[in-house]
Amino acid sequence: MSTAIALAATREPLLRAGHAFAAPAALLLFLIYIVPVGVLAWLSLTDYELGAVRTEFLGLANFERALADPVFRRSIVNTFAYVAIVLPGGVGLGLLAALLVHRRIRTRSLYEVIYFLPVTSTLIAMATVWQFLLHPRLGPVREITLGLGLGEVAFLSDPTLVLPSLAAIGIWQLVGFNMILFLAGLSAIPRDLYEAAALDGAGGPVDRFLRVTWPLLGPTTMFVTITTSITAFKVFDTVAVLTQGGPTGASEVLLYAIYLEGFQYFRIGYAAALTLIFLAFILVFSVMQAAALDRRVHYG
Amino acid sequence: MAAITLEGIVKSFGSTEVLRDISLAIGHGEFITLVGPSGCGKSTLLRIIAGLERQDRGSIAIGGRRVDALKPAERGVAMVFQSYALYPHMSVARNIANPLEMQRLTFAERLPLLRLLSPRRRRVMREIMRDVGTVAAALQIDHLLPRKPAQLSGGQRQRVALGRAMVRRPDAFLMDEPLSNLDARLRVHMRGELAELHRRLGATFVFVTHDQTEAMTMSDRVALMLDGRIEQLGTPAALYDTPDTLAVAQFIGSPPIAVLPVTAEGGLVVAAGTRLRLSALAGAAMLGLRAEALAPVRKGTPGALPAMLARSENLGAEWLLHATLGDAAATPVVCRLTAEAHATARADGLLGERLWLMPDASRAHLFDASGRRLVPEAQRAAVEAVA
Amino acid sequence: MIAHAMLALGGAVMLAPFLWMLLTSLRPASGVFGGFSLAALEGFGNYAYALETAPLLRFMLNGVIVCAGILVVQLLVAIPCAYALAKLPFRGRGAMFGLVLAALCIPIQVPALPLYLGLAHVGLLDTYLAMMLPFFLSVFAIFLFRQFFKSFPDEIIQAARLDGAGEFEIVWRFVAPSALPAIAAFSIFSVVAHWNDLYWPLIVITETRLAPPPLGMLYFRDVETGSNYGALMAGATIITAPLVIAFLVARRRFIQGVTMTGLK
Repeated sequence: MSTAIALAATREPLLRAGHAFAAPAALLLFLIYIVPVGVLAWLSLTDYELGAVRTEFLGLANFERALADPVFRRSIVNTFAYVAIVLPGGVGLGLLAALLVHRRIRTRSLYEVIYFLPVTSTLIAMATVWQFLLHPRLGPVREITLGLGLGEVAFLSDPTLVLPSLAAIGIWQLVGFNMILFLAGLSAIPRDLYEAAALDGAGGPVDRFLRVTWPLLGPTTMFVTITTSITAFKVFDTVAVLTQGGPTGASEVLLYAIYLEGFQYFRIGYAAALTLIFLAFILVFSVMQAAALDRRVHYG
Repeated sequence: MAAITLEGIVKSFGSTEVLRDISLAIGHGEFITLVGPSGCGKSTLLRIIAGLERQDRGSIAIGGRRVDALKPAERGVAMVFQSYALYPHMSVARNIANPLEMQRLTFAERLPLLRLLSPRRRRVMREIMRDVGTVAAALQIDHLLPRKPAQLSGGQRQRVALGRAMVRRPDAFLMDEPLSNLDARLRVHMRGELAELHRRLGATFVFVTHDQTEAMTMSDRVALMLDGRIEQLGTPAALYDTPDTLAVAQFIGSPPIAVLPVTAEGGLVVAAGTRLRLSALAGAAMLGLRAEALAPVRKGTPGALPAMLARSENLGAEWLLHATLGDAAATPVVCRLTAEAHATARADGLLGERLWLMPDASRAHLFDASGRRLVPEAQRAAVEAVA
Repeated sequence: MIAHAMLALGGAVMLAPFLWMLLTSLRPASGVFGGFSLAALEGFGNYAYALETAPLLRFMLNGVIVCAGILVVQLLVAIPCAYALAKLPFRGRGAMFGLVLAALCIPIQVPALPLYLGLAHVGLLDTYLAMMLPFFLSVFAIFLFRQFFKSFPDEIIQAARLDGAGEFEIVWRFVAPSALPAIAAFSIFSVVAHWNDLYWPLIVITETRLAPPPLGMLYFRDVETGSNYGALMAGATIITAPLVIAFLVARRRFIQGVTMTGLK
C-alpha cells in the first residue's frame, strides 16, 4: 500500500517531465510533417495555383495527367538512369577504395582525407569547377579526349552524355563517403577469420574476399546501397546549376521537375501530385534505410 | 612423421624483441604446452609455426620438411583459435567443410556461378559432406550441422572449431588458448576431452595457455616461456619438482610457492631468524617452500619457523593454512595438510594464533642470488652432511 | 604496387577539381585559357575582384547564422525529446516514436510545397527564420540520441533523483554530456548538410543579401557568366574553404561522425 503511493508520487513528476520534454518536438513534428503532408495530399487532388481566383476539386486527375505527361515520364526515366549509374559506381568504387586503403598503414589517413574531401565541399561550387573542367573548348579534360582521339566532347550539352557526366560528378562526390562506411565495416571483421581462412587454404585474395570479406560486409553493403540510392534519387543541385534539365530535357530529373512546377510555374496542385509520386518512390528506399539504421547506429 | 623442430627463432615487432632465439624439438605425437604470462611470446611462437607470422631469423621444420617458405595451408597444420574464428555466415557443416573445399575443389569450382558449370563439383561436395559427418559424429555435434555459429553455446562452438581442424587430418594441431572462453566447469571437462582426443588421433599437439593447471594436466612436456625465452622445458613433474629457476618455481604450482630470503652462516642457512639444516652456500639466496613442504610442529622444535596464522581454508580433502612468517618482511606462506593431518595437528594444539612451521628439507628449493637453482645433488649432500 | 597505383590514380581524380580551382583562381583573366605556366600566377587579384563583385563574405556570414541557428534549436529540441523517449514513461511515447520513425522516411522536399505556402501566407519569405524553420526539428537527431541515451545506466539517473535533481538537470548535466561523441557527430552532419543545402534557400530566398553560400554561388555565377573564370574559381574557393579547412583540422571527428551516423 505505502509503496504504491510512493510509486505514484514519484511517477507523477516523471510523466509530466516526459510530456514537457516531448512537447516542443511534437509541436514541430505536427507543423513540419503532419500538417504539410496532409495539406499536400489535399492539394494534389485540386487544381490550386498560386494567385488563382478559384480552386476546383479534381480527384485523381493530377495523377492521371502526370503519368501521361511525357516531360514527367522522361524525368522518372532519367532519374532511374542516373541512379542506375551512380549506384553501382558509387558503391563499387567505394568498396574498391576501402579494400585498397584498408591495407595501407602509413598512407591510410592521407587517402582518407583525399577521397573524403569532395564530401565536405560545397557541391554548387564544385559543380561550377566541373563545368569548367568538362568545357569542350576551355577545359583541361579536352586535352585527354583529344589525346585519346575522341575529338572535342561536349559532356554537358550532348543529350546522350549529359546524364553519365552528371552521374560521374555524383560518384565523385559520393565515393569517399561510401569508402569511410566500408572501412568501418572492414575494421569490424575479426582478423582471426582471415587467419583461419589462411589455414583452411583460403589465403589468396579472391578466396579471402569471397569467403570472408564479402559475406561479412553484407550489412554494410546493404546500408551503403540504400543510402546511395536515396542520395542519387534526390539529385538536384548539379542539374539545377549545370544543365537546368537540358539539353532538350535529357537531364530532366524528378526533383527538378517538381521544383519547376511548384516554385517556378506555381502549378501547386499538380506539383503536389508529383511530390506524392516522388514520395512513393523514395519511401521504398527510406523504409529499408530506417530498418537498417536501427541495426547500425550502435556501431559507434 | 610430424615432429616439429624450431631452430634459433627470433622475432621482433618494431623495436620490441618478442622471441629471443627459441629452439625447440617437438616429438611426433607429443602433446606439448607453451605456457607463460601474457606477453611472453607464446602465441607469437605458435603463429610462427602456423605461418601466420614470419620469423625474423631461424627456421622451422615440420615432419622433417623445411616449411619457412610455405603458406599456412601448405604446412600440414591446423589451428584452433581462442575466439574459435568460426565463419558467422556459414552453417556448422560449411564451417567444417571449408578446409576440404579449399583442398579438393579447383579455383573455378569455388567461384560463384562458374562453379555451377562443373559436373564434378556435386560429387566432390558429397564426399566432403560425408567426411564432415564423420568428424561431427566423433565430436557429437552431428545434430548441430545445419545451425549457424551464433546459435551455438560456447562449448559447442569449441567443438566446431575442433572439427574444422580435425577434418583435414593434419599432422599437427596448434591450439591458441582454446579453453579460455569457456566457463570453469566446461573448461575442466574439455581438458579431459582434449587429452582423450590427443590419445585417439595420435597427432602432435602444440597447446598455448597462460593457465598452469591446463599445462600441468594435459601435456607430455611443458615449455615455460618468460620474456621471449624458454625458461624451462620438461615434463610437468620436472617443472614442479625441480624448477630450474625461481621464476619457474613461482609460475608453476597453486597456491604459489613461498619465497624467503636467506643467508648462509657457519655452514647453515638462516631464514627468518632460524637456522635451517639445508645446503651451505655463499652469500644471500632464496629459499622456496611449497605448501606441502611445510608442516606445523611443537613450539621450540629446532629448525621450525615461527609464524602467525592468518586464516585456514577447508577444501574438503585438505586444508590450506595461510600464515605470515615472523621475519621482518612478514613473508606470506601457505601450508597444505590432509584432512587427517589437520585433525591431528589441531588435537595436538599446534594450530593456535601463533604456530611453528617445519620445512621439509628434501622438498625445499634453493636458488642463488640470480634466481638459478642450486643443483639438487649438492643440496642433498649438504643436507646429509648436516644431519 | 598495383594497389598503390590505383589509389594514386583515384586520388588524382578526386583532387583534380580542387587543384584546378586553386590554380585557375590564381591566374590572371587573360591567362586562363592558355597552357599551364606557374609564372602566370598573379597572386590574389581574382580574389579581390570576386570579393568586390559579390558579397561573398556576406553569404558566408548568412551561412554561419543559418547553420548555427538550426543546430542550436535542433539540439535544444531533440535532446530532451530523445531523453523522454529513452527513459521517461509518459503516455503517447510509443506513438511519438512511431511518428519519429515515419518522419525519418520523408525528405524535406516532400513538405516543402505546403511549408512554402504557409510561410508566404504569414509573410515570412525572405527571412532567416524561413531558411531555418523546417530544420528546427531533426527526427534523425532524436533517433540517434535516443539510441545513445538508452544505454545510459538507469542507476545513475535514479541516484541523481534521490539526490534531489530534477529531470531538467538530469538531462543537461548527466545524460547529454555522456552522449557528447554522438552530439559532435550529429553537429558535424547538420552543419555540413545545411551549409551546402541549395534546395530550400532557392525556394524561400530571393534577396541576395540573405543568400547562404550555395545560393550566393549561384548568383555570383549568373553575374559572371563564363566571362571571368579566374574570379569564378576564386569565389568557389572562398565558399568551399570553411568546411574543407574545418574537415582538415578535425579529420578524425568528421570520419568518426560519418561512421557513427552513416547518413548524409
